[in-house]
Amino acid sequence: MQKEKKSRISLTVWPFYIWTALFVALPMVYVVVISFLQRGATWGVTAQFTLDNYLKMIDPMYGAIFLEALYVAVLTTLITFLVGYPFAYYVCKLPARLRSLVILLLMAPFWINSLCRLNGWMILLKSNGVINSILQALGIVDEPLKLLYNFGAVIVGMVYALAPFMILSCYNSIEKMDWAVVEASRDLGASPFKAFLTVTLPLTMPGIVAGCVLVFVPSVGLFFISDLMGGAKTVLIGNLIRTEMTTARNWPFGAALSMMMLVVTIGIIWVYKKVSGSNSLGDLM
Amino acid sequence: MENQPVLRLDDIYKDFGETKVLKGISLDILPGEFITLLGPSGCGKTTTLRIIAGLETATRGRVLIDGQDVSSLPPEKRPVNTVFQNYALFPHMNVYNNIAYALTLRREKKEVIREKVTRLLELVQLPGFEKRMPSQLSGGQRQRVAIARALVLEPKILLLDEPLGALDLQLRRQMQVELKTLQEKLKTTFIYITHDQEEALNMSTRIAVMNEGHFEQVGTPEEIYEHPVTRFAASFIGQANILEGVVEEKGEKSRVKLDQGGVIYVNEQIDAGVRVAVSVRAERIDYAAASGFGFQVPGVIERHSYIGGVLRTTIKLTGGQEILITGANPISDYPDGAAIQVFWDPNTAAVVERS
Repeated sequence: MQKEKKSRISLTVWPFYIWTALFVALPMVYVVVISFLQRGATWGVTAQFTLDNYLKMIDPMYGAIFLEALYVAVLTTLITFLVGYPFAYYVCKLPARLRSLVILLLMAPFWINSLCRLNGWMILLKSNGVINSILQALGIVDEPLKLLYNFGAVIVGMVYALAPFMILSCYNSIEKMDWAVVEASRDLGASPFKAFLTVTLPLTMPGIVAGCVLVFVPSVGLFFISDLMGGAKTVLIGNLIRTEMTTARNWPFGAALSMMMLVVTIGIIWVYKKVSGSNSLGDLM
Repeated sequence: MENQPVLRLDDIYKDFGETKVLKGISLDILPGEFITLLGPSGCGKTTTLRIIAGLETATRGRVLIDGQDVSSLPPEKRPVNTVFQNYALFPHMNVYNNIAYALTLRREKKEVIREKVTRLLELVQLPGFEKRMPSQLSGGQRQRVAIARALVLEPKILLLDEPLGALDLQLRRQMQVELKTLQEKLKTTFIYITHDQEEALNMSTRIAVMNEGHFEQVGTPEEIYEHPVTRFAASFIGQANILEGVVEEKGEKSRVKLDQGGVIYVNEQIDAGVRVAVSVRAERIDYAAASGFGFQVPGVIERHSYIGGVLRTTIKLTGGQEILITGANPISDYPDGAAIQVFWDPNTAAVVERS
């Protein structure tokens, strides 16, 4: 009886397995394999085992790029949290009808290609763009401000692109929370701030962790934002991998960099989950 | 000082937008009372409780605790605690931390907290449950933890919002007794909300019957049951029959001519010509071939139904109104369709309306 049930379930998920095998596992294996091979004379790879691709990464230049990418990712995650959590919190306090409208507006940009949306930002920020024109017309500045093609612009682009993931994830867990529990903590003597720290925050932690992972992971690898908004001056891992794979035609090294990025990302998610696992009252007070 | 009310509600109004939820309620509650707000859902009883707790602000009116106006104080500054309807235990804390929460906020010493929590767990008969999470507890156990948590600061007033609503009948009866015993032991003032009349009658020192945002009647269970002053109070509690008529003759016992046919006497002096509504409890009515107390209320037995322990008899009056009678005797001398006279001791009926 039990066995029969089991086999029927696995039958229905077979398509998923096949899909995963073909389009996730196989390419992954391919990347792992070529990361241990040598580059071909003109392009591609030659089937000769080597560790050079990994040893090459010891070069401090690449270490610096990794650190910079992590710094950008951490900063992006932190800012999306600081912006996204309060935003999600107040959306939850809105009347039901307004709430679904705000969520709809939040999702709407996803229907537009992200490159188009980034170009929108560039029109806003560039030296003869909307913001500078307004500032100059109002006489607030004489010279156009340098808003684009710098580190700040990269962060703005990253936060803009990834904030909805943080907001939706936080919104999900805040919305599910039983507000009577917060009232109970006020009733027992907690100030609004203490009630937030000891009840609301720990109870919505799953949403926060999920949001951070959803923002952190892609922000390590995103390359087109730093290309467009940072004017390719901020080189992140994503940019590096793309350059190695295309312009430099060094597939094995690109693959090794990808593996490194994967390991670092998984490592950080693992640490994150460990840390957020202990969210008892005592730790927060 | 003894008779200073621990809580005074002074003409409280509450509007939610267009809806007027509370329409001017006033009440004095003495220390050590077990007072129940009884009423149908939507009558404003929970709102009243939330205004006392400070979770809601009154549109108008004042809340005084021990003579002090607390109307503008936030919940954390009021010497009252609440047992919430669905307990609202902190799901991320174990039983110990739930109960200790209020003390931890006050930065009490660890030993003091430990001692108090242990004592409270004994009080609510859950010793040894410190490490359990709320999700691992049964409904009755959660209930006890919620009570212990609300008592940890030794509040002047404990507010209980339908605390037994989610429990099954047997457990509810048992918890009623426990709560009552607990209250008598602690001598804390309890303000208790329920829509269950049996619960209210069983536990309270006084009952406030609420309807559509105001108090219909405030009194002891006996007063409310035996001498309801409004039609609502009479019909919400117990099985009441309401009969309307006009006073024919004023006297020690005034004579009333019923719309449904017949005459009865009420135990009050009321001027002739006044329209009255009289409430009489189902179990106080008697019927026989010959009438009593000078009554002349003819009727016909519609049907008998045995409902376990009592016999319920429906009698149709001349005018067509049906009245319900419950009698302890499971067998009736009169078959269905028999013509009989209905009567009761005028002391056991109450005039609930006059115009």
